Amino acid sequence: MAEAQNAPKSSTSLGQGGPPSLGSTTAGQIAVAAESTVATRMSAPPSFDVADFPVPHGREEEWRFTPLERLRGLHDGTAVATGGGVKIDIQAPEAVVVETVGRDDARLGKAGVPVDRVAAQAYSAFKEAGVVTVPKETVLTEPIRIAVHGEGGVAYGHQLIELGAFAEAVVVIDHTGDAALAANVDYVLGDGAKLTVVSVQDWDDKAVHVGQHNALIGRDATFKSFVVTFGGDLVRLHPRVTYAGTGGEAELFGLYFTDTGQHQEHRLLVDHNVPHCKSNVVYKGALQGEQAHAVWIGDVLIEAKAEGTDTYEMNRNLVLTDGARVDSVPNLEIETGEIVGAGHASATGRFDDEQLFYLMARGIPQQEARRLVVRGFFAELVQQIGVDDIEERLLVKIDEELEASV
Amino acid sequence: MATLEIRDLHVTVEVENGTKEILKGVDLTVKQGETHAIMGPNGSGKSTLAYSVAGHPKYTITQGTVTLDGEDVLEMEVDERARAGMFLAMQYPVEVPGVSVSNFLRTSATAIRGEAPKLRTWVKEVKESMAALQMDPAFAERNVNEGFSGGEKKRHEILQMELLKPKIAILDETDSGLDVDALRVVSEGVNRLRETGTVGTLLITHYTRILRYIKPDFVHVFANGRIAESGGPELADKLEAEGYEAYTKGGVSA
Repeated sequence: MAEAQNAPKSSTSLGQGGPPSLGSTTAGQIAVAAESTVATRMSAPPSFDVADFPVPHGREEEWRFTPLERLRGLHDGTAVATGGGVKIDIQAPEAVVVETVGRDDARLGKAGVPVDRVAAQAYSAFKEAGVVTVPKETVLTEPIRIAVHGEGGVAYGHQLIELGAFAEAVVVIDHTGDAALAANVDYVLGDGAKLTVVSVQDWDDKAVHVGQHNALIGRDATFKSFVVTFGGDLVRLHPRVTYAGTGGEAELFGLYFTDTGQHQEHRLLVDHNVPHCKSNVVYKGALQGEQAHAVWIGDVLIEAKAEGTDTYEMNRNLVLTDGARVDSVPNLEIETGEIVGAGHASATGRFDDEQLFYLMARGIPQQEARRLVVRGFFAELVQQIGVDDIEERLLVKIDEELEASV
Repeated sequence: MATLEIRDLHVTVEVENGTKEILKGVDLTVKQGETHAIMGPNGSGKSTLAYSVAGHPKYTITQGTVTLDGEDVLEMEVDERARAGMFLAMQYPVEVPGVSVSNFLRTSATAIRGEAPKLRTWVKEVKESMAALQMDPAFAERNVNEGFSGGEKKRHEILQMELLKPKIAILDETDSGLDVDALRVVSEGVNRLRETGTVGTLLITHYTRILRYIKPDFVHVFANGRIAESGGPELADKLEAEGYEAYTKGGVSA
């Protein structure tokens, strides 16, 4: 029996007597269908070749939330890679193999095919790819750190992180500086491997970053991902998961803090294409300021053959001030009823004057009250990262964002 | 001894078609150790009095003064009023997503007391107060007011009052929506603090029922934005018997 819990709830409380300045949409659906609409509502089938995608005009389903004019030409072929667009520095424990390879390397492109024009542009335009390999049965005790620092230019990139069977690793990908970057990341997990990835988008204010993250999860392997987006003018990421064998588990966590004028978009897909796999998606975002816009699309597809699937996805947003907008669209498609569980939830709440009054009426100063609420909101995710310096940096970052707002 | 003095307080609120005066000259003095009941019909401005004194931004003070031991309360921010010793138990406490009760209580106590309470004694203090209010310990891990029943919200308000030990506590219709058992438990909580003699209590209520558990020293009838009559506990008995009709009629003709 299908067990679908559909619990989209939208609690949008508007200020007393004021105009409805908080924009927020929450549209959830569970489709039980023979044919997937996740695939068919894309305007072109997946392809590695940018020429297979028309230049988007903005009304396509997959582009309708994105301000194309702010993509700095990544979507229409006008952005030409400049030498030194980004500087990449990789620090890895000794057992790890770090390589730079040409386009023809046979290991590239195995985890997923680009699903939109910018991802295909990145794949078509990169000159060299980075490959980080953790040999089989190697268990790392220190994280692999990949620092991607934007130096103001345009860059296209591709990075592969591959774990052999039963290897275990933590990878931190840290994006800073300014760039117009279109880059895809592939994660390939061998059987029984355990990979935790923390991708931090801590860009300067002008940066544009678009990319597709493909995870291919081996039999009994565990993939845990934290996507942490704070900076940038426009960040649009596509984390995607497919399974190569039964018993795979994916935990996709995300945190974003969308500030005045920022557009931060996370479009997830978990494709349950194999029986007896699990997925759990939790994305949480805080927003503040005029024209802050967060978009969250959560697609989960349970294919007909994927019996025994167990999946849940949730998106929660906390709107701290007027003028911010959230679009949250969970979408669950079930093609078999023989599953363990499937559900989704989306909620957008507002930290409003009444909450502020309540906390202040208990002696808590305004700034402290905001910090309490936002830290509390993110705490359950931050605590799970398990990389101390990243956890600390996030908390400092949250405080900085809040101080900037008042 | 702490004294709250409200003098000639006039308060307006913005409504759809302009500005409406809700409070029309309130005079009231509440001293530490005293308990005042303010009773009145719906719409008489009782809650407006509570929220204005606490500093809710919705209300505009157009005239009059509020002082605590001579200090101008109206000049203080909301959090400063609380730190000065004022407490408002709200009729409709709001949900605060992402903040656990335990975190909230400790942050609040730290702010009010000026330093973080020592962890060991604090945990004990919270546990004992919660037990006295018949609250499940698991309650501390829930988010503030999120999914609380009406009774849980009121117990939580009184829990805060017990832990924060205000000089002046305003209880805004704390009794509304409570069954008899919950009313008794909540009243006992209020009485525990009253018995210390350190708190002046302003009990705002529509019903006389709570006055069987919390005995006031003074009873004030609130009608048409001001205190229409003041007296001792016997005034509550009169209201019980006769209702508010005499005051509401008077209010209209005045």
